[in-house]
Amino acid sequence: MVHWTDAEREAINTFWAKIDHEEVGHQALTRVLVVYPWTQRYFSTFGNLSNATAIAGNPKVRAHGKRVLDALGDAITHLDNVSATYAKLSQLHSEKLHVDPENFRLLGETLIIVLAGHFGAAFTPTIQATWQKFLAVVIAALSKQYH
Amino acid sequence: MSSLSCAERDIVFGDGHCFIHLEHKRQSPKTMSLSAHDKELIVKVWTKISPKAAQIGGDALGRLIVVFPQTKIYFSHFADLSPSSPQIKAHGAKVLGAIGEAVSGIDNVSASLSKLSELHAYNLRVDPVNFKLLAHTLLVSLSATLGAEFTPEIHLAWDKFLAIIAAVLSEKYR
Repeated sequence: MVHWTDAEREAINTFWAKIDHEEVGHQALTRVLVVYPWTQRYFSTFGNLSNATAIAGNPKVRAHGKRVLDALGDAITHLDNVSATYAKLSQLHSEKLHVDPENFRLLGETLIIVLAGHFGAAFTPTIQATWQKFLAVVIAALSKQYH
Repeated sequence: MSSLSCAERDIVFGDGHCFIHLEHKRQSPKTMSLSAHDKELIVKVWTKISPKAAQIGGDALGRLIVVFPQTKIYFSHFADLSPSSPQIKAHGAKVLGAIGEAVSGIDNVSASLSKLSELHAYNLRVDPVNFKLLAHTLLVSLSATLGAEFTPEIHLAWDKFLAIIAAVLSEKYR
């Protein structure tokens, strides 16, 4: 079980409350698809992903970004047992979606960059460290059911 | 798949089959290449941030040490390793100065950073994994500084550029 200090729980929950899930999810997913274009391999049914503008304007990208952030909310609600919370999601990504877990890391890094863009200096090094720890826990949980 | 018609492609065979004559990017064998557009975006951002380069460098290095505490081992000679430390700020400024050199010599980063590459290979011997970690915190600092102006396309160009710098710094290690 992961140990969270009060300060860490506070940093995670406070920032989570300030985030527009749809907007941040959209920006993070858009960036992943633009900055690491090979990730588009998982979204062949999404229609036009031919350039940055198309990706940013794609309604399926927006919808999926929101879905990802909502799922992150589940992890935050269950900070003391992210592994169990994500067991089915992990299985889904491994057995049905066949997603290389490296992509979880790419999305995690990108989300940190999006949060920094939104919050500027308020996204201090310590808060960044907390969020990186949280996302590392999320990534481990999502990778756990890969056999 | 491209939707160009045969008439738009530039090589057509007599029987109506055709293909696109692809521009082969001249890739350096070791590193990916920057497109003209990438270079434009890199230079544009550099021009904008260069008055604050020292501050951004200090911020990025401060973040590196807090977020990835294992990187402290390279700074055991610094008295203060907090983000506000004058030594951290000075060193961060130095790092951004080197990035500025790479921007000035963007058409040949390997040549621009040749001395620095030797320094890292023979003296500093920083494990190359750390270049990725610092690239990440540099992107975080750029994003925090530029906000919405740090667009996905600019993020892409700078991600590639920092990866190229990392590759150049590691190229003489063995």
